[in-house]
Amino acid sequence: MIKDLRIRFGIIAVVVLVSVAYLIPTLIVKEDRTLPNWMTNGIAMGDERVKLLPSKTLHLGLDLKGGMHLLLGVDLDEALANSLDRFSTEVGGYMDDEGIAYKKSGREGTELVVVLSSSEDEQALKDYVSERYRMLTVTESRTIEEGGMEIRFVYREKDLAEFNDRTVEQTLETIRNRVDELGLTEPEIIRQGEYDILVQLPGVSDMESAKELIRKVALLEFKLVVDDDEMLSEALKGNIPEGMELVYEKVKDRETGEIMDEVPYLVEEETQMTGEVITDATIAFDSSKAGRPYVHIEFDRRGEALFEKVSGDNVGRRLAIILDNNVYSAPVIKSRITGGAAIIEGSFPLDEAKELAIVLRAGALPATLTLLEERTVGPSLGTDSIRMGFMATLVGGALVVIFMALYYGASGLVADLALFLNMVIILGIMSAFQATLTLPGIAGIALTIGMAVDANVLVFERVREELRLGKTPRASIEGGYSKAFLTILDANVTTLIAALVLFQFGTGPVKGFAVTLSVGIVTSLFTAIFVSRTVFEFAMSRFRIKRLSV
Amino acid sequence: MEFIKPDVSYDIIGKRTYAYIVSLVLIVISIGSLVLHGGPNYGIDFAGGSLIQVQFSEEVTLSEIKDILTTAGLKDPVVQSFTGGEKNEYIIRVVETDLDVATLSEMVMENLTDHFGEGSVELRRVEMVGPRVGEDLKRKGLLAVVLAVVGILIYVSVRFEFRYALGAVAALVHDSIITLGAFSIMNYEVSLPIIAAILTVIGYSINDTIVVFDRIRENLRKARKEPEEEVMNRSINETLSRTIITSGVTLLAVLALLFLGGGVIHDFAFALTVGILVGTYSSIYVASPVVLAWSKLFPHKGSAHRRKRRR
Repeated sequence: MIKDLRIRFGIIAVVVLVSVAYLIPTLIVKEDRTLPNWMTNGIAMGDERVKLLPSKTLHLGLDLKGGMHLLLGVDLDEALANSLDRFSTEVGGYMDDEGIAYKKSGREGTELVVVLSSSEDEQALKDYVSERYRMLTVTESRTIEEGGMEIRFVYREKDLAEFNDRTVEQTLETIRNRVDELGLTEPEIIRQGEYDILVQLPGVSDMESAKELIRKVALLEFKLVVDDDEMLSEALKGNIPEGMELVYEKVKDRETGEIMDEVPYLVEEETQMTGEVITDATIAFDSSKAGRPYVHIEFDRRGEALFEKVSGDNVGRRLAIILDNNVYSAPVIKSRITGGAAIIEGSFPLDEAKELAIVLRAGALPATLTLLEERTVGPSLGTDSIRMGFMATLVGGALVVIFMALYYGASGLVADLALFLNMVIILGIMSAFQATLTLPGIAGIALTIGMAVDANVLVFERVREELRLGKTPRASIEGGYSKAFLTILDANVTTLIAALVLFQFGTGPVKGFAVTLSVGIVTSLFTAIFVSRTVFEFAMSRFRIKRLSV
Repeated sequence: MEFIKPDVSYDIIGKRTYAYIVSLVLIVISIGSLVLHGGPNYGIDFAGGSLIQVQFSEEVTLSEIKDILTTAGLKDPVVQSFTGGEKNEYIIRVVETDLDVATLSEMVMENLTDHFGEGSVELRRVEMVGPRVGEDLKRKGLLAVVLAVVGILIYVSVRFEFRYALGAVAALVHDSIITLGAFSIMNYEVSLPIIAAILTVIGYSINDTIVVFDRIRENLRKARKEPEEEVMNRSINETLSRTIITSGVTLLAVLALLFLGGGVIHDFAFALTVGILVGTYSSIYVASPVVLAWSKLFPHKGSAHRRKRRR
């Protein structure tokens, strides 16, 4: 222990002042959670603006602020299926171009299956696939009874893992884009576990639309429309032809968002393209047509080839743009489209064009999302929680403070001072590191109050024992602290072990609890031992204390 | 002021048979209740399902809400009043439903508003945990408790001796089982924060136990001739004042949380309250007797020798 009392007071002063500095923004923050300008932007000093004080407030958890917590699972099986579907279309196109006769190019489960009419073309196909799709490997190639050669491809294990990883990353990015459009402060979108995505939206005011926007993040597909009224009416009766499916366009009321009508479409089941190949989609205005809005789409190189083929083969047909099994638009393909860009024009109003662009851009997702976990705390409950948690901590703290003063007299007051400083330092550290304060976190602070005085209780009980042995006050204090020190350390380290395990395991609120508890244990060692001892020694050196009030 | 006089000398170790009986009875009741209830009453965190919390502006009965929801077509909704929360606050739990939680909460709110009038119902909280996440959390929760126990076992073994670690772990397993048992008897739900509370109880109980052990170790060094039993008993008595004061003080803070902290924190504070009470008892009556019992079962030659070497 440092001998010089002045240095010790200096250390204490610095720690406390820094903590207070970090706490000031939280204390003066206004109702609408804004800070005065001089704090956020600094004060003008010459040419520069200097920030005198930290400008971050205590970071509140979702359970206190209100907001949404969503855990989303990415449907990787479906993503894989889509990817293989696309490959099979491309392989088919290649064989058409090369004049290779084949009976089938399609997907079966997680395999890409090609049936060639003649085994002569086997090597050519394998070469093509291994060059263009390095992630695929042949699992089986055999002559089949009906004649022909069947070749099966699957993703290599390593590439599949990479594919899954990329799928999740891409989804993550897309969700991020969408959430940005909500304009929230401090949203958090991170990966959790191997393939899940955690979305935290604090203080979201319109929960329904936020959820809708995120849930809308899903599969964007392009499918060919079968424009045959007779077949459509048959399909609506339940006789859906092989290889086709029914999808609907929801017509919404622009004002209320209520679904007014559902328009059915009969489309080919096979996905021609997914949103994955789209790199950008924007709205533009056609000056020759009275400034009517249209949507401009750009494709990546794979998409360029794909779209050229799809459009070239299907001029005059309609291509449905389907997000989450909802048709958003079904424009007619006017001509073979080359060059990696396309436009969708129609007589849609501006906001519809905008929505289509968002769907195309942000919805460029290869897989659907499932909601694994959702927790929404309304703002009123959060406010109640803060109020009650704060009240309980205050009352608990007051009871402890009074008890200590009654039981240990003047020494108890020293412990109370240490306790008060402990609270200030805990909150200061949490502000400085932007750790999240949750409701269980407040409980952790309340608990720390109990634990923090424990160290002092241990010391004081020791001091009493020493006094009973007839030692002088100074020697008793000395003996009390030094004998209790190892005990306190052992006892706190074990508690810290439990708190750290909790931190590793916990999510959200529970993690907040672990944080305050761990911080509290460490700071209570500082205040209950270092601070209180310094105060005692100062009193000893300053006044001639004959009788110790403990 | 003093609650416990310095010269107290209760025969704690001597009467350990009674403590064993008390503990055994508590544990049997706890496990019995858990078995009768078919395991812990898992909340949606672990069991999966949906939860909707609503607050009414006027008085409403449980059966009224239940009737409305059943008529609306919900299968077996569980409606509970929200303990420790505001008045007229209820929790609706649905385990089996095809609806996703957004649709579900919308439907619940629609039906309740239809019945009680516009503006009389407020949606306070919505939670949905899918079955996969529930299983995952259950596994992680168990793992966390096991890891904490192992970590503490190792630390205490290093700082003291293995048999002390054993006593400490026996005490905290004892505390965890009884806390879980209390939850089962009260039919409270075991949720994620409750696991946090149990881990805290573990940390807290060990804290108390270590203080006693520390004193035993110190006294054993001083009085090498004295039988271990007597040293233990004396040490427990010497630290009794501190044990009671600390627990009492912590209990003050926790009871404030229990009564004033609001509904969300109520069960959490309840777990802490039970845990601190049982934890204090176990660090006096369970931990040291178990160490002693172990030494008697497996008398280890090194004991006296080791004591000498430590100083």
